[in-house]
Amino acid sequence: MNDNLLRRCYTFYRDGFRAMTVGRTLWKIIAIKLLVMFAVLKVFFFPDFLNTTFDNDQQRADHVLQQLTGAAEHTEQRRMR
Amino acid sequence: MGELDLGMVNWARAQFTLTAMYHWLFVPITLGLSFLCAFFETIYVRTGKEEWKRLTKFWMTLFGINFAIGVATGIILEFEFGTNWSNYSWMVGDIFGAPLAIEGIFAFFIEATFFAVMFFGWERTSKGFHLFSTWMVAIGSNLSALWILVANSWMQYPVGMVFNPDSARFEMQNIWEVILSPVAVAKFTHTTSSSFVVGALFVIAVSSYYLLKKRHIDMAKKSILVASVFGLLSGLFTAFTGDESAFVNASTQPMKLAAYEGLYKGSRGADIVAFGMLTPGKKTGDGQEPFAFEISIPRGLALLATREWNGYVPGIEDLVYGNSAEGLVGAADKIERGKKAIADLAAYKAARKAGDDAAGKAALERFNVNKDYLGYGYMTRPEEIVPPVASTYYSFHYMVYVGTFIIFLMLFFLKAGLSDRLPENRLLLRLGVASFFLAYLASEMGWVVAEVGRQPWAIQDMLPVKMAATNIGSGHVQGTFLLFFILFAVLLLAEIKIMLKQIKIGPEVA
Ligand code: HEM
Repeated sequence: MNDNLLRRCYTFYRDGFRAMTVGRTLWKIIAIKLLVMFAVLKVFFFPDFLNTTFDNDQQRADHVLQQLTGAAEHTEQRRMR
Repeated sequence: MGELDLGMVNWARAQFTLTAMYHWLFVPITLGLSFLCAFFETIYVRTGKEEWKRLTKFWMTLFGINFAIGVATGIILEFEFGTNWSNYSWMVGDIFGAPLAIEGIFAFFIEATFFAVMFFGWERTSKGFHLFSTWMVAIGSNLSALWILVANSWMQYPVGMVFNPDSARFEMQNIWEVILSPVAVAKFTHTTSSSFVVGALFVIAVSSYYLLKKRHIDMAKKSILVASVFGLLSGLFTAFTGDESAFVNASTQPMKLAAYEGLYKGSRGADIVAFGMLTPGKKTGDGQEPFAFEISIPRGLALLATREWNGYVPGIEDLVYGNSAEGLVGAADKIERGKKAIADLAAYKAARKAGDDAAGKAALERFNVNKDYLGYGYMTRPEEIVPPVASTYYSFHYMVYVGTFIIFLMLFFLKAGLSDRLPENRLLLRLGVASFFLAYLASEMGWVVAEVGRQPWAIQDMLPVKMAATNIGSGHVQGTFLLFFILFAVLLLAEIKIMLKQIKIGPEVA
């Protein structure tokens, strides 16, 4: 019964893909696009800045806080010195 | 770390604009055409007539082409968040992260199952199940727009979250407040209904083209009839939700409203400018007349913004310099408070590092007093809180003109369709083809109103765009901007080429 269902699903997709006309070109475009996006753009050009620069969330939070308070912090340090 | 590179910020802005506007080329057709396919198929199932099946299959093929080429172009925006806008991504991780992941998984299942049935299942599943799948694709596609619009709305009106000064993140307090905020409701309904208009005009434009060429006449007439009913209802709803959006803007983002209305000096019972040209080179507070010429509707703006004839609508200058008579605090005071908030945040951080709990607690209490003005602390001049007025103003007016015109156009199409006089009405058919492009532009301009109009804020009042960016040089962003430009141009050409080819082939082979 289960086997039968899986088989039917498989043939459903298989026959569907086989019978495609415009679809074939579209799948090629989808595949090339995803490849360019994930294997080229994401890997070489769009690293996640915080994830690649820091080891843990504490460092990331500190970095962002540092960015947010940058100018004020110098004043604060001077005041505390 | 040095000063943030403003060149980088502007390049990152340009890149985001390019990607978002490009991504948006595909979205309205997906949202609108999916419902039209569901209507067409419902008629087929009800009447059992083969010509409706052929018609449905034809529009589904065009839907499929648009979907395949557009799918995943939005993910590029997420890449940009991580690289160019890392401060922002970190701060809002809680709202964007999980919901967007859920949406991704949800969309995947919809696509893998119901899309497959929609395209492959004509001969292999029952009529009822096939129809159900087509409806699921329409509902699912529209629902998957929900989360990203909710996230966008939160940036415009940050409710239901609180800022945690230890983690530098906004944390979810009440998810319903986020989802059901008036901005989110207005944005979701206006975005989807205006996309239905674009989808309806796509069908009308292609069908008008067929009628002009005297091809596929029966299919074209049937398609126009259904699309003009859907287009008319959606057009009316678009105007209604657009009006509601403006009403909501009046309380949540009054500066945006003032910018797209070109209102520099506010008043009670303010008029609305129906047609007008802004004075070129006009700057906030320079005393020049805002308009070179204008035609106004008395009290129109008061009614739109406050729903009262004599309601007060603040202008750009009231918001920048304050208006004590109306109880409006100026930006200079807010900047002052923002700077205090930043200093107290810094003091809190320093005390925590030094292990001084008492000082930390005191700093945090002081921070909480002014935290709602945090973002103002990064401004150097009060005038910095004014968005680019001309682009916001003209985009808004263009959108509203097109929205009004389209309602009449749909009425004409419906009337001509019902009296079976479409083929001889060649002027209307030509307008039908052209209006699709007008509406597309209106849809893109809607985003210009929403996004340029909210500058300089990434998160309203809390985080200006310049602070949301990653501190990296502009060279990198320039390079990837060019790369995207080429990639998008290629994809867009592919879309247009395949789409036109399929339209030329027409319904027989589809
Ligand atoms: C008929 C009168 C219309 C009015 C009064 C209107 C009003 C508005 C307003 C006030 C906004 C800004 C909302 C915000 O920033 O929160 C907006 C945005 C937008 N509009 Fe319109 N609009 C109209 C027609 C149209 C038409 C015809 C289209 C497209 C075919 C359209 C598409 C959009 C889109 C895509 C947005 C951006 C998403 C959003 O913020 O809702 N609008 N509109």
